[in-house]
Amino acid sequence: MTLDAVLIYIAGIWLLIGAIFALVGSIGLLRFTDPMTRLHAPTKVGTVGIGALLLAGMIHAFVTGDGSIHELLIMSFLFVTAPISANFIAKVHIHRRTCETPPKPLKDKTWSTLDVPEEKPKGVEVEA
Amino acid sequence: MSKVFNWLFPHPFLTLLLTVVWTLLQNNISAGMVVFGLILGVIIPRMTAVWWPDRPRGIRLLKLFNYMIVVLWDILVANIQVAWIVLTRPNSKLRPTWVIVPLDLKQPEAITVLAGTITLTPGTVSADLSSEGHSLLVHTLDTDDPDGVRDEIKNRYEARLKEIFL
Repeated sequence: MTLDAVLIYIAGIWLLIGAIFALVGSIGLLRFTDPMTRLHAPTKVGTVGIGALLLAGMIHAFVTGDGSIHELLIMSFLFVTAPISANFIAKVHIHRRTCETPPKPLKDKTWSTLDVPEEKPKGVEVEA
Repeated sequence: MSKVFNWLFPHPFLTLLLTVVWTLLQNNISAGMVVFGLILGVIIPRMTAVWWPDRPRGIRLLKLFNYMIVVLWDILVANIQVAWIVLTRPNSKLRPTWVIVPLDLKQPEAITVLAGTITLTPGTVSADLSSEGHSLLVHTLDTDDPDGVRDEIKNRYEARLKEIFL
Protein backbone atom coordinates (compact mmCIF):
# COMPACT_ATOMS: atom_id res chain seq x y z
CA MET A 1 0.00 0.00 0.00
CA THR A 2 2.71 2.47 1.00
CA LEU A 3 4.78 1.45 -2.00
CA ASP A 4 1.87 2.37 -4.23
CA ALA A 5 1.60 5.78 -2.63
CA VAL A 6 5.33 6.39 -3.09
CA LEU A 7 5.12 5.33 -6.73
CA ILE A 8 2.18 7.64 -7.33
CA TYR A 9 4.23 10.53 -5.94
CA ILE A 10 7.16 9.55 -8.19
CA ALA A 11 4.79 9.56 -11.18
CA GLY A 12 3.60 12.99 -10.09
CA ILE A 13 7.16 14.29 -9.95
CA TRP A 14 7.85 13.00 -13.46
CA LEU A 15 4.64 14.65 -14.62
CA LEU A 16 5.89 17.95 -13.21
CA ILE A 17 9.33 17.56 -14.81
CA GLY A 18 7.75 16.79 -18.16
CA ALA A 19 5.41 19.75 -17.93
CA ILE A 20 8.29 22.09 -17.04
CA PHE A 21 10.36 20.90 -20.01
CA ALA A 22 7.40 21.26 -22.38
CA LEU A 23 6.80 24.78 -21.05
CA VAL A 24 10.46 25.71 -21.53
CA GLY A 25 10.31 24.35 -25.07
CA SER A 26 7.31 26.52 -25.89
CA ILE A 27 8.96 29.57 -24.30
CA GLY A 28 12.03 28.95 -26.47
CA LEU A 29 9.89 28.68 -29.58
CA LEU A 30 8.27 32.03 -28.80
CA ARG A 31 11.34 33.83 -27.55
CA PHE A 32 14.03 33.30 -30.17
CA THR A 33 13.88 35.45 -33.25
CA ASP A 34 15.83 33.60 -35.94
CA PRO A 35 14.01 30.66 -37.60
CA MET A 36 16.96 28.31 -37.17
CA THR A 37 17.48 29.04 -33.47
CA ARG A 38 13.76 28.58 -32.90
CA LEU A 39 14.14 25.01 -34.11
CA HIS A 40 16.46 24.13 -31.21
CA ALA A 41 14.00 24.46 -28.36
CA PRO A 42 11.22 22.09 -29.51
CA THR A 43 13.51 19.36 -30.92
CA LYS A 44 15.41 18.80 -27.71
CA VAL A 45 13.35 20.07 -24.84
CA GLY A 46 10.17 18.67 -26.40
CA THR A 47 11.45 15.10 -26.60
CA VAL A 48 12.51 14.91 -22.97
CA GLY A 49 9.33 16.66 -21.87
CA ILE A 50 7.15 14.10 -23.58
CA GLY A 51 9.52 11.31 -22.47
CA ALA A 52 9.02 12.29 -18.84
CA LEU A 53 5.23 12.51 -19.29
CA LEU A 54 5.17 9.03 -20.81
CA LEU A 55 7.33 7.68 -17.99
CA ALA A 56 4.79 9.08 -15.51
CA GLY A 57 2.03 7.37 -17.48
CA MET A 58 3.92 4.08 -17.40
CA ILE A 59 4.49 4.22 -13.63
CA HIS A 60 0.84 5.07 -13.06
CA ALA A 61 -0.28 2.16 -15.26
CA PHE A 62 1.88 -0.27 -13.30
CA VAL A 63 0.60 1.01 -9.96
CA THR A 64 -3.04 0.72 -10.96
CA GLY A 65 -2.49 -2.86 -12.04
CA ASP A 66 -2.67 -2.93 -15.82
CA GLY A 67 1.00 -2.62 -16.77
CA SER A 68 1.67 -0.99 -20.07
CA ILE A 69 4.77 -0.95 -22.28
CA HIS A 70 3.30 0.96 -25.20
CA GLU A 71 4.98 4.08 -23.86
CA LEU A 72 8.43 2.67 -24.63
CA LEU A 73 7.37 2.31 -28.24
CA ILE A 74 5.95 5.84 -28.38
CA MET A 75 9.19 7.17 -26.94
CA SER A 76 11.36 5.37 -29.47
CA PHE A 77 9.18 6.48 -32.41
CA LEU A 78 9.34 10.03 -31.11
CA PHE A 79 13.13 9.93 -30.83
CA VAL A 80 13.36 8.63 -34.39
CA THR A 81 10.90 11.08 -35.96
CA ALA A 82 11.69 14.34 -34.12
CA PRO A 83 15.05 14.88 -35.92
CA ILE A 84 13.44 14.19 -39.29
CA SER A 85 10.76 16.85 -38.93
CA ALA A 86 13.40 19.28 -37.63
CA ASN A 87 15.51 18.46 -40.67
CA PHE A 88 12.59 19.14 -43.01
CA ILE A 89 11.90 22.52 -41.42
CA ALA A 90 15.60 23.42 -41.65
CA LYS A 91 15.67 22.41 -45.31
CA VAL A 92 12.65 24.58 -46.09
CA HIS A 93 14.33 27.58 -44.46
CA ILE A 94 17.54 27.00 -46.42
CA HIS A 95 15.61 26.53 -49.64
CA ARG A 96 13.50 29.68 -49.26
CA ARG A 97 16.51 31.68 -47.97
CA THR A 98 14.60 32.75 -44.90
CA CYS A 99 17.66 32.11 -42.74
CA GLU A 100 21.32 33.00 -42.98
CA THR A 101 22.75 31.29 -46.07
CA PRO A 102 25.15 28.54 -44.92
CA PRO A 103 28.84 28.60 -45.94
CA LYS A 104 30.00 26.38 -48.78
CA PRO A 105 30.79 22.75 -47.97
CA LEU A 106 34.42 21.65 -47.97
CA LYS A 107 34.64 19.05 -50.72
CA ASP A 108 31.45 19.26 -52.73
CA LYS A 109 29.93 21.95 -54.88
CA THR A 110 26.98 22.97 -52.75
CA TRP A 111 24.38 21.75 -50.23
CA SER A 112 21.83 19.35 -51.59
CA THR A 113 18.90 21.66 -50.79
CA LEU A 114 20.50 24.48 -52.79
CA ASP A 115 21.43 22.10 -55.60
CA VAL A 116 18.50 22.92 -57.90
CA PRO A 117 18.57 23.70 -61.62
CA GLU A 118 18.39 27.37 -62.54
CA GLU A 119 14.87 28.45 -63.32
CA LYS A 120 14.28 29.27 -66.94
CA PRO A 121 13.26 32.89 -67.44
CA LYS A 122 9.60 33.08 -68.34
CA GLY A 123 8.59 33.93 -71.89
CA VAL A 124 11.87 32.83 -73.42
CA GLU A 125 11.35 30.01 -75.92
CA VAL A 126 14.12 27.45 -76.21
CA GLU A 127 15.02 27.04 -79.87
CA ALA A 128 15.33 23.52 -81.05
CA MET B 1 23.87 -22.90 -45.76
CA SER B 2 24.83 -19.25 -45.32
CA LYS B 3 23.29 -18.55 -48.72
CA VAL B 4 19.94 -19.91 -47.54
CA PHE B 5 20.30 -17.89 -44.34
CA ASN B 6 21.01 -14.72 -46.31
CA TRP B 7 18.02 -15.34 -48.56
CA LEU B 8 15.66 -15.99 -45.67
CA PHE B 9 17.02 -13.20 -43.44
CA PRO B 10 18.24 -10.44 -45.73
CA HIS B 11 18.43 -8.22 -42.72
CA PRO B 12 18.62 -10.11 -39.39
CA PHE B 13 18.56 -6.95 -37.30
CA LEU B 14 15.36 -5.76 -38.98
CA THR B 15 13.80 -9.16 -38.26
CA LEU B 16 14.68 -8.79 -34.59
CA LEU B 17 13.42 -5.21 -34.48
CA LEU B 18 10.08 -6.05 -36.10
CA THR B 19 9.55 -8.94 -33.69
CA VAL B 20 10.22 -6.74 -30.67
CA VAL B 21 8.02 -3.89 -31.97
CA TRP B 22 5.16 -6.28 -32.71
CA THR B 23 5.39 -7.79 -29.24
CA LEU B 24 5.42 -4.35 -27.64
CA LEU B 25 2.43 -3.30 -29.72
CA GLN B 26 0.44 -6.22 -28.33
CA ASN B 27 1.15 -4.92 -24.83
CA ASN B 28 1.34 -8.40 -23.33
CA ILE B 29 4.03 -10.96 -23.92
CA SER B 30 2.70 -14.32 -24.98
CA ALA B 31 4.37 -17.05 -27.00
CA GLY B 32 1.81 -16.84 -29.80
CA MET B 33 2.35 -13.16 -30.34
CA VAL B 34 6.15 -13.54 -30.34
CA VAL B 35 5.86 -16.27 -32.95
CA PHE B 36 3.52 -14.14 -35.05
CA GLY B 37 5.93 -11.22 -34.73
CA LEU B 38 8.73 -13.49 -35.85
CA ILE B 39 6.70 -14.53 -38.90
CA LEU B 40 6.14 -10.87 -39.79
CA GLY B 41 9.81 -10.24 -39.10
CA VAL B 42 10.76 -12.85 -41.68
CA ILE B 43 8.19 -11.93 -44.33
CA ILE B 44 8.55 -8.14 -44.36
CA PRO B 45 12.36 -7.94 -44.78
CA ARG B 46 12.17 -10.71 -47.39
CA MET B 47 9.53 -8.84 -49.42
CA THR B 48 11.22 -5.46 -49.17
CA ALA B 49 14.80 -6.68 -49.74
CA VAL B 50 14.50 -5.90 -53.47
CA TRP B 51 14.05 -2.20 -52.76
CA TRP B 52 16.98 -1.99 -50.40
CA PRO B 53 19.95 -3.19 -52.39
CA ASP B 54 22.92 -1.58 -50.63
CA ARG B 55 21.95 -2.32 -47.07
CA PRO B 56 24.66 -2.50 -44.41
CA ARG B 57 26.08 -5.99 -44.13
CA GLY B 58 25.64 -6.10 -40.38
CA ILE B 59 25.44 -4.23 -37.15
CA ARG B 60 27.45 -4.74 -33.99
CA LEU B 61 24.59 -5.01 -31.52
CA LEU B 62 26.66 -4.63 -28.37
CA LYS B 63 28.34 -1.48 -29.67
CA LEU B 64 24.92 -0.16 -30.77
CA PHE B 65 23.58 -0.71 -27.26
CA ASN B 66 26.59 1.09 -25.82
CA TYR B 67 26.02 3.97 -28.27
CA MET B 68 22.36 4.23 -27.27
CA ILE B 69 23.30 4.58 -23.59
CA VAL B 70 25.79 7.35 -24.44
CA VAL B 71 23.23 9.15 -26.61
CA LEU B 72 20.42 8.87 -24.03
CA TRP B 73 22.69 10.39 -21.39
CA ASP B 74 23.69 13.17 -23.80
CA ILE B 75 20.04 13.89 -24.60
CA LEU B 76 19.36 14.43 -20.89
CA VAL B 77 22.37 16.73 -20.50
CA ALA B 78 21.50 18.54 -23.75
CA ASN B 79 18.00 19.25 -22.58
CA ILE B 80 19.11 20.80 -19.32
CA GLN B 81 21.69 22.91 -21.20
CA VAL B 82 19.20 24.11 -23.80
CA ALA B 83 16.54 24.78 -21.17
CA TRP B 84 19.08 26.87 -19.26
CA ILE B 85 19.97 28.85 -22.41
CA VAL B 86 16.28 29.39 -23.19
CA LEU B 87 15.53 30.70 -19.72
CA THR B 88 18.60 32.79 -18.95
CA ARG B 89 20.37 34.02 -22.06
CA PRO B 90 19.06 37.17 -23.78
CA ASN B 91 18.65 37.07 -27.56
CA SER B 92 21.39 39.63 -28.13
CA LYS B 93 24.00 37.42 -26.46
CA LEU B 94 23.23 34.26 -28.46
CA ARG B 95 25.94 33.26 -30.91
CA PRO B 96 24.30 30.90 -33.42
CA THR B 97 26.56 29.63 -36.21
CA TRP B 98 26.73 27.09 -38.99
CA VAL B 99 29.23 24.27 -38.49
CA ILE B 100 30.38 22.04 -41.33
CA VAL B 101 31.18 18.46 -40.35
CA PRO B 102 33.22 16.55 -42.92
CA LEU B 103 31.96 12.96 -43.03
CA ASP B 104 34.03 9.79 -42.99
CA LEU B 105 30.90 7.63 -42.98
CA LYS B 106 29.73 6.37 -46.34
CA GLN B 107 26.54 4.37 -45.74
CA PRO B 108 23.32 6.40 -45.86
CA GLU B 109 22.00 4.47 -42.84
CA ALA B 110 24.96 5.49 -40.70
CA ILE B 111 24.73 9.12 -41.83
CA THR B 112 21.03 9.15 -40.97
CA VAL B 113 21.71 7.90 -37.46
CA LEU B 114 24.47 10.48 -37.04
CA ALA B 115 22.21 13.31 -38.23
CA GLY B 116 19.44 12.21 -35.86
CA THR B 117 21.87 12.01 -32.96
CA ILE B 118 23.19 15.50 -33.72
CA THR B 119 19.68 16.93 -33.66
CA LEU B 120 18.89 15.37 -30.29
CA THR B 121 22.15 16.36 -28.56
CA PRO B 122 23.70 19.55 -27.14
CA GLY B 123 22.66 22.73 -28.93
CA THR B 124 22.95 21.37 -32.46
CA VAL B 125 20.48 20.64 -35.27
CA SER B 126 21.58 18.90 -38.45
CA ALA B 127 20.23 20.89 -41.36
CA ASP B 128 21.52 19.57 -44.65
CA LEU B 129 23.85 17.21 -46.48
CA SER B 130 26.19 18.38 -49.22
CA SER B 131 25.30 17.47 -52.79
CA GLU B 132 27.73 14.52 -52.97
CA GLY B 133 27.28 13.48 -49.34
CA HIS B 134 30.76 14.37 -48.08
CA SER B 135 29.79 16.82 -45.38
CA LEU B 136 26.96 17.59 -43.02
CA LEU B 137 25.62 21.06 -42.26
CA VAL B 138 24.93 21.59 -38.57
CA HIS B 139 23.37 24.60 -36.90
CA THR B 140 24.51 25.37 -33.36
CA LEU B 141 22.44 27.39 -30.95
CA ASP B 142 25.16 29.02 -28.94
CA THR B 143 28.90 28.46 -29.25
CA ASP B 144 32.15 30.38 -29.26
CA ASP B 145 34.16 27.44 -30.60
CA PRO B 146 32.72 25.95 -33.83
CA ASP B 147 35.82 23.77 -34.36
CA GLY B 148 35.35 22.26 -30.91
CA VAL B 149 31.74 21.36 -31.73
CA ARG B 150 32.85 19.72 -34.98
CA ASP B 151 35.60 17.72 -33.26
CA GLU B 152 33.23 16.58 -30.52
CA ILE B 153 30.72 15.29 -33.07
CA LYS B 154 33.46 13.49 -34.96
CA ASN B 155 35.11 11.93 -31.91
CA ARG B 156 32.09 11.18 -29.79
CA TYR B 157 29.52 9.97 -32.31
CA GLU B 158 31.02 9.39 -35.73
CA ALA B 159 33.92 7.27 -34.46
CA ARG B 160 31.46 5.02 -32.61
CA LEU B 161 29.12 4.76 -35.58
CA LYS B 162 32.01 3.73 -37.82
CA GLU B 163 32.49 0.70 -35.59
CA ILE B 164 28.77 -0.16 -35.42
CA PHE B 165 28.03 -0.31 -39.15
CA LEU B 166 30.10 -2.90 -40.97
